[in-house]
Amino acid sequence: MRRWVLALDHRFDAAFGAAANPLKQLGALAFLLLWLLALSGIVLYALLDTSAEGAYRSIEELSREPGSLGSALRGLHRYGSDAFVLVTLLHLLREWALGHHAGFRAWSWLTGVLLLPLAYASAIGGFWIHWDRLGQFSAIATAEWLDALPFLGAPLARNFLQGGVSDRLFSLFVFVHLGLPLLLVFACWAHVQRISRAAVFPRRGVAVGTTTLLLALALAVPVRGQGPADLGNAPQQLSFDWLLLFLHPLVDATSAEFAWALLAAVLAALLALPLVRARPAPPVAVVDPANCNGCGRCADDCPYAAITLVPHPRRRAGVQLAQVKTQLCASCGICAGACPSSTPFRKTQAFVTGIDMPQGPVVQLRERLQQGLAAGRRRVVFGCDHGARVDTLQAPSVLALSLPCVANLPPSFVEYALRQGASEVVVAGCREGGCEYRLGPQWMAQRLQGVREPHLRPSVPARWRTVWADAGEEARLREAMETPS
Amino acid sequence: MKNWRAWIGQAVLYGLFALFIGVFSHWPHYQALPAGQAVLKVSFIHHGQRVEPCRPYSAEELAKLPPNMRTPLKCERERVPVAIEVDLDGATVYRHVAQPSGLSRDGASTVYHRVAVPAGEHRITVRLRDGPGTAFGYTRDTTLRLKEAQVLVIDFDAQKGGITLT
Repeated sequence: MRRWVLALDHRFDAAFGAAANPLKQLGALAFLLLWLLALSGIVLYALLDTSAEGAYRSIEELSREPGSLGSALRGLHRYGSDAFVLVTLLHLLREWALGHHAGFRAWSWLTGVLLLPLAYASAIGGFWIHWDRLGQFSAIATAEWLDALPFLGAPLARNFLQGGVSDRLFSLFVFVHLGLPLLLVFACWAHVQRISRAAVFPRRGVAVGTTTLLLALALAVPVRGQGPADLGNAPQQLSFDWLLLFLHPLVDATSAEFAWALLAAVLAALLALPLVRARPAPPVAVVDPANCNGCGRCADDCPYAAITLVPHPRRRAGVQLAQVKTQLCASCGICAGACPSSTPFRKTQAFVTGIDMPQGPVVQLRERLQQGLAAGRRRVVFGCDHGARVDTLQAPSVLALSLPCVANLPPSFVEYALRQGASEVVVAGCREGGCEYRLGPQWMAQRLQGVREPHLRPSVPARWRTVWADAGEEARLREAMETPS
Repeated sequence: MKNWRAWIGQAVLYGLFALFIGVFSHWPHYQALPAGQAVLKVSFIHHGQRVEPCRPYSAEELAKLPPNMRTPLKCERERVPVAIEVDLDGATVYRHVAQPSGLSRDGASTVYHRVAVPAGEHRITVRLRDGPGTAFGYTRDTTLRLKEAQVLVIDFDAQKGGITLT
């Protein structure tokens, strides 16, 4: 499954570039669509007559002229919500396919799953407040579906029998379409709480492209009302939004009880996924108080906000100490790569850094590097366990060292390797946007460019380079290795 | 050349995305009600009669009650289920016994049921029972013409004489 996702990513990379690939920023794209919906929704609400009698008329007057601003706005709101549903589902599928549903990601997964019904309920109310034939059908079908729940007293569908809908009930529709999206924004905030530097806006190219696309669609295929609601007559043939209203045909084809059971089963299965773990969680980062000076670089670089700074228990007031929240730690080791104490040039008797990974401490990395260089392996490749496999490069002259994430590598190791006799150093990480831990290649590139601490000193001989290649792209890595720098 | 291919690739992928949304936002049409059909909606909120009819308190019973709770009649809370049957041209299309709501079964019985029927002239007979026994206390028998897609609501309103068809 992961291989297919990467293959698709690479196809999209070819068209959009790795950084602007929309598949790698589906969550951010969903946020963009939410902002577009909020903006267009606020304008539409300002122009909407919020009475049952006037709603249809006001919306139709707004969007009567094809190509008008009102028509574009209405189309943008409708197609934006369709796109939101689609992008959200793709985001869910992608994260599942990549195995991002358990362990330290469980919170994001669970809140994400719960966002789905909330997003659906937020969206469906939009059809009701238009109060045309489609809105009439959807409101009644939803009421009938809710009536299948055993704990409701009087049937909700009785509100739609004859003589029109009361303004009071219509106010409830408005609340559903305004109140639930507000709740949705809050839930989205909760969804990204356990990741740092959450991308709530996609790259500019993707944002401009998507907005332009939706506007063009709104102008090319304007959204039209299907006649005012009339409770004395049942809607017959409807132009139908299958992306948002698929539930109604499902209930019609089966039963309300079946649809509830199916929904409950799907939600339960999705919510239970974090309990299924393919492999045990690796050990988490460990702080050594004696070597931690509380600089906060690890906390700044941690992609999952797993590190906080607390007062150092043994040093003077004001000095801080990193503290790892074990349930949030991804075991990526980016923190160890960010720690200034991880420099291999240290001459302390025991090389212990401020924060380190028990399964692969920096002292072990230095030893492997020293042993490899001593054995005559002069071309050093630092790689990533989740990217192109550097162990496939093994040759008498090549020393391949794979890390949990490329940013687990303290940049001073590049200088150290060159000073210890390496003829060349290659730092290989995943393609941009394809990092298993979100920010690894980004941080590593910045450290090597000298724009992020800890940085590689500018005086280091230019016998090093970077290769960004995903898992399965070993040939690309090999090709880069064979190309003279 | 590579740049052009990338631009074309982007255009194609954006186009496919727009096409997917544009198509499934409108098409295929959904036939919510088949042609030539009308809709009967049978719905009411109605309290059935009490299972035990109210009776006067005996003097002994009254004496046992606190003064503020001494009412003339003693009424048990539980209500009788309300039964309804709807016949269309002599054939029963809906039959249901609605249980009283509430833990003490003292609330209203509610019904909502939708059934599609062929448009045209029909003889509709509705029977409703809200008391003990098997006899239907309310019956409405009428012939009417249902237009295509018309919604006919069969309700119950004691103040309007019982079963109503609107």
